[in-house]
Amino acid sequence: MELKTKVTAEEGKQELIVTREFDLPLDLLFRAYTEPELVAEWMGTKVLKLENKKYGSWRFETTDPQGNKHGFSGTIHDFVPNQKIVRTFEMENSGFGVQLEFLEFEQLTDNTSKLRMHIIYKTLEERAQYLQIGMARGMGLAHNRLEKAAFKFLKY
Amino acid sequence: MNLRRDVFQAIADPTRRAILVLVATNAMTAGAIAANFDTARPTVSKHLQILTECELLRQEQNGREVIYHLNPHKMKEIADFIEPFRKMWDDRFNKLESVMKKYQTKK
Repeated sequence: MELKTKVTAEEGKQELIVTREFDLPLDLLFRAYTEPELVAEWMGTKVLKLENKKYGSWRFETTDPQGNKHGFSGTIHDFVPNQKIVRTFEMENSGFGVQLEFLEFEQLTDNTSKLRMHIIYKTLEERAQYLQIGMARGMGLAHNRLEKAAFKFLKY
Repeated sequence: MNLRRDVFQAIADPTRRAILVLVATNAMTAGAIAANFDTARPTVSKHLQILTECELLRQEQNGREVIYHLNPHKMKEIADFIEPFRKMWDDRFNKLESVMKKYQTKK
């Protein structure tokens, strides 16, 4: 069976490509990224700010079990409804650098759609660290500072 | 004495697994690997030695530096390292899908 979510990480490139096909009409998929209440629900985060427009910005916040708050934020560089969002993403005070994200939304049929996330990191090492978060999370462990910071965001 | 190390013993350690993930996407020097951990440098060196002994890592001399590569014959391809990351996104997107389906029927 074909995997619904695919991740491509070419060796020697500081980028990742994540694609996913959804059993959702295109406009609903896009809405999941633009309506604050919906973003909050599927991302498991508080949406403090979400300006869906060119030159807009966004900021989310999660609270860990100890009650510490963690912010995530960025700016929106391009916004075309049902087509694309270009934005930056940064985990505040985590030691992780900012990353650039190209989100492309595509209609497949009336009831299915596709998202392609093209993420660009500053360096190959940062990309490796992000991949490592997935591994650490998968094994239920976090052993360095960066992973611990990232964990708080990825806890759900 | 140079004990022949067991691969499973080698990957049972979380720091060693993390080292493999780092090197899987990018060959690195010992110093660059150590910079990713809070652990003391000699401890990281010990982990590198173990991983090299059981042939999960391959050393390449480059001037005065030693660069560590993942040994492709011992490890399955890079996709294995991406799998947990892929799973993380898959879970998140599954959540998106169920949230939006609920939203769709409510409308």
